Amino acid sequence: MAEEVTKMICITCPVGCSLEVTREGMTIIKVDGNQCKRGLDYAESELVDPRRMVPTTVKVRGGVHPLVPVCTAAPIPKPLIFKLLAELRKVELQAPIHVGQVVLGNALGTGVDVLASRNLVAI
Amino acid sequence: MLKQKYDVVVIGSGPAGLGAAIEAKRAGAEDVLIIERAKELGGILQQCIHNGFGVELLKEDLPGPAYAQRFIDEVAQLGVETLLDAMVLDVSPHRHIYATSKWSGFVELETRAIVLAMGCRERTRAQIRVPGTRPAGVYTAGTAQRFVNIEGFMPGERFVILGSGDIGMIMARRLTFEGAKVKRVLELMPFLTGLTRNYVQCLLDFDIPLQLGHTVSRILGNKRVEAIEAVQVDDQFKPIPGTEEIIPCDTLLLSVGLIPENELSRKAGVALDPVTRGPFVDESMQTNVPGIFAAGNVVHVYDLVDWVTDAGFLAGRSAAKFAIAERKRIARQVKLQSGDNIRYIVPHVMDKESLANSDQRLQMRVIRPIEGRVWVEVLDGEELVTRRGQRYVRPGEMVTIDIPQKAYDAVQKADTLTVRVVQR
Repeated sequence: MAEEVTKMICITCPVGCSLEVTREGMTIIKVDGNQCKRGLDYAESELVDPRRMVPTTVKVRGGVHPLVPVCTAAPIPKPLIFKLLAELRKVELQAPIHVGQVVLGNALGTGVDVLASRNLVAI
Repeated sequence: MLKQKYDVVVIGSGPAGLGAAIEAKRAGAEDVLIIERAKELGGILQQCIHNGFGVELLKEDLPGPAYAQRFIDEVAQLGVETLLDAMVLDVSPHRHIYATSKWSGFVELETRAIVLAMGCRERTRAQIRVPGTRPAGVYTAGTAQRFVNIEGFMPGERFVILGSGDIGMIMARRLTFEGAKVKRVLELMPFLTGLTRNYVQCLLDFDIPLQLGHTVSRILGNKRVEAIEAVQVDDQFKPIPGTEEIIPCDTLLLSVGLIPENELSRKAGVALDPVTRGPFVDESMQTNVPGIFAAGNVVHVYDLVDWVTDAGFLAGRSAAKFAIAERKRIARQVKLQSGDNIRYIVPHVMDKESLANSDQRLQMRVIRPIEGRVWVEVLDGEELVTRRGQRYVRPGEMVTIDIPQKAYDAVQKADTLTVRVVQR
């Protein structure tokens, strides 16, 4: 199989290295342009199973704000983002809420929990 | 219950203010107060619900509110006082702070050191002079961010975003998540102004088109934005005729830069750098006004919150050091008080340690003449510290007495030294 070069930008940290991934099919031969080893992991994942963190909000009853911010504890597969958002739109929590509280466990069977991003006191 | 006097007062409770209050307390400042305009601590972090905070400082990838929560918890543990929902109206160079709130009423506070941590403000439509009508539906990206993430309503359905800064790109994704259509992101500069990671995960991932070297040349619509006219610009940022494109939309978001917020700094006599639009600072984050420090986006606009917290730490540490030195300086002072037949004494106060270096001369005038031999006495209560004999005293002739170095120990015990003239 012929070698191919795929260009991508690592999003692991704010540096945003431009990566050149040399691959044969889905097998990585080498990665150039990364400044740390997290770039290698990112290239691997981005090629076979691109994932993203999903930050959004869910409804809250009886809190000082009508919403509480939530975020996935780890990146989830990119194609599931909008499905997860639809799922979270159905959730309604009761204040008080604590940072790190599980809002949606094992979201869409990914094994990733969605957690509250802040404390929210009740009125 | 507010105190009359603080060691350190921090104005603002974003990442810089929280960092400053924490580190001031850790560095030994006793009474530390944060004054915050909003109803809760955390500043703009509370509406920055996206992740990416803390990677440098905490080695964790946190959403903005979770990052803020770490420091809010620490502020509470350390016993930092807070005055929320309060507006600081004025700060004097002598470190008096005038504030008002529904809860406290109007208050005047005195503090040994101040940390200015008011952050920055977004540049608005008026500041970039976009031509066209003035319909509803033009917002700064940060205002829209607050609407969507905290207040819980959408400012529109079809968006164009001007500016490729991080807030603009993050809002493009956020609005897409909430079901809106982001039709275009326009950037005047020929390059991206935010982080490339945000270009990838906020624009590329959702096929939101970005046009570099483009701006908004006109806003159309009467009651509500109906469309904007986009145009390509040349290397002088002048619109290129013939490149105009009408993009139908109902909302235009502006992400066109941030300006340090220094209205209070100016009132306090803090000198500002015309380039950063923030205070001139030294290596300890002290401004040109002694005892007034500044940190974070009020000094210059950062791209990473981690470094804002770090700057807050430094300013807080420096403010505590200043306050502690100020406490010590005041504790070393002894007051000089006029006793029998003395109208006034100069100096009014004396550093007790000054006697370690030399005798200290007091100058004074008497109220009534005494034509006969007298003692000029310096007393700590009833205890004689030193005295000097004179043949007479007259109001027209200044009296002097030196406190000798050998009185060092006696003076250390005193809070006040009284000088009087008595007949021998």
